[in-house]
Amino acid sequence: MTETGADTIIKFDKVVKRFDTFTVIDELDFEVKRGEKVTIIGPSGSGKSTVLRILMTLEPISGGVVYVDGDTLWHEKGGNGDLKPASESHLRKMREKMGMVFQQFNLFPHMTVRRNLTEAPTQVLGMPKAEAKQRADELLEMVGLTAHADKYPHQLSGGQQQRVGIARALAMRPKIMLFDEPTSALDPELVGEVLGVIRRLAEEHDLTMLLVTHEMNFARQISDRVCFFDRGKVLEQGKPEDLFTNPKEERTREFLKAVLEDN
Amino acid sequence: MLFGIEWDTSSTWAFATSILPILLIGMWVTIQAAVVGFFIALVLGLVWAALKAAPLKIISWPAIVVTEFLRDTPLLIQLFFLYYVLPEFGIVLPAFMTGALALGLQYSAYTSEVYRAGIEAVARGQHEAARALNLSGTRTFTHIILPQAVPRIVPAMGNYLVSIMKDVPLLSVVTVLEMLNVARIIGDRTFNYIVPLSMVGGIYLIMTLIASGAVRLLDDKLPKRGIPLK
Repeated sequence: MTETGADTIIKFDKVVKRFDTFTVIDELDFEVKRGEKVTIIGPSGSGKSTVLRILMTLEPISGGVVYVDGDTLWHEKGGNGDLKPASESHLRKMREKMGMVFQQFNLFPHMTVRRNLTEAPTQVLGMPKAEAKQRADELLEMVGLTAHADKYPHQLSGGQQQRVGIARALAMRPKIMLFDEPTSALDPELVGEVLGVIRRLAEEHDLTMLLVTHEMNFARQISDRVCFFDRGKVLEQGKPEDLFTNPKEERTREFLKAVLEDN
Repeated sequence: MLFGIEWDTSSTWAFATSILPILLIGMWVTIQAAVVGFFIALVLGLVWAALKAAPLKIISWPAIVVTEFLRDTPLLIQLFFLYYVLPEFGIVLPAFMTGALALGLQYSAYTSEVYRAGIEAVARGQHEAARALNLSGTRTFTHIILPQAVPRIVPAMGNYLVSIMKDVPLLSVVTVLEMLNVARIIGDRTFNYIVPLSMVGGIYLIMTLIASGAVRLLDDKLPKRGIPLK
C-alpha cells in the first residue's frame, strides 16, 4: 500500500475523535514502526487510552484515516477506490492483528484460567481444542501461572489476573500488543510481576508494543520511543533518555515533574 | 358431586377428606396454568428484552410501548380482552389457553425488565474483552454475557413464578376450573365455604413454599464463581 512504508505498522493520519462536542483526539498524526516498543504518557484526558481503543476498534473515529499493517482500519476501499466505512467483516479481519490488555483485566469470570485462553482461539481461529489447550499451557508457563490453569479468575491476585490477561491476548497471536494502563488497578506490591512479564515480551519478541502507563521508570527501560500526549496530540516524543532528561516543552516538564515527585 | 366425585357432609373431617381429590384436580389445573403462563413469560420476556435493546428506535419503541401497556393495565382487563374480544376477530381459544396466555403476556412485561437489568449489569469490559478477542456477537451473548446474567436473573424470576401462581384464580372469571373456582363451586353446592376455602389456602401455602424452596435450591446450585452480583 502506498500510504504507509513497509516498516510502518501503525499510522494515524489526521485522526479526530469527538465525544459529543469534546474533542479527545485532535487531527493526530502518529506512526509506529514494525517491532517498535512505544510508550504513551500524558495527563488524564489527553487521549492516550483513546488511541489504543481506536486501534482495538472499541471506539470509532470521527475523522481521518488509521492504517494498520498496510490496510485501512476503519475504512474499506470501495469499487471506485474511494474509502467507505469499514464493514464488520473488515473490522474482524483487522482485529486479528491486535491484542489488548485492559486496566481492569476483563477476564471472563465464569471460565477457568485455561478456558479464558482457549475460548477465542477455538471459536475465532478454529484451532482444534487440544492444540489450543497446549498453546494455553505454554503461555501460562511463560507468565508463571502453570499451577493456576484450572482456577477461576477470582481465586487469583490482581497481578496474577493481569498476567492471565496478557497470556489471553497473546493466545490470538497478534502482531501488535496494546497495553492500556496494565498496572494502574494493581496494589503496588503486585506491579512488579506484571511489568516483569511485559519486559520479557519486549526483550524476547519482535511484537510491536504500544503501552499507556504511568510507570515512568519502566517506560524508560523498555521503550524505543516515548510520546507525550497532551490535548489529543503528540506534543513531544523521542528516545526515553532524551525525553525524560531533557524535555523541550514546558508542559512535558511540568507533567514529568509532577509524576516523578509522586513516585 | 363434581368431576364424578361425591362429597360426604356427615362430618367436617369426612367432608374435607372427600373433597380433597376434587381440589387436587383443581390444583393440577392451577399448576398447569402457572407453568404454561410462566413459560410464555420467560420466552416472550427475552424477546421483548432483545427488541428493547435494539439500536434502531423503530424496533425498540414498539416493544417499549407494548410492554408498558401490558405492565400498566390490570390483568383482568387483558383477560377479558382475550376472552371476549378476540373471538370477534375469529380467534377462539379454549378458556385455559386464554388464561395462560393472559398470564404469560402480562408477566412477559415484568420478566423483560429482569432480563434487561441482568444483561446490563454485566460489566462493559466483558463486551470489550470479547470484541478485542474477535468473538462473534452471538458467541459473546450466549457464552460471555448470558452466563453472567443468569445468576442475577434467577432469584427475581423465582418471585414471579410464585406471583403468577397466586394470580391463577383470576382465570376463574373466564370459566377456568382452577382450584379456587372448584372450591367456590363446592361451597355453592354444600353451603359450606369454610372447609374448601381453608383447604385451598393451605394447599396454596404449600405450593408457594415448595416453589420458592425450589428456586432457592436452583439459585444455590448455580455456578457463580466470582461473578460480581451486586
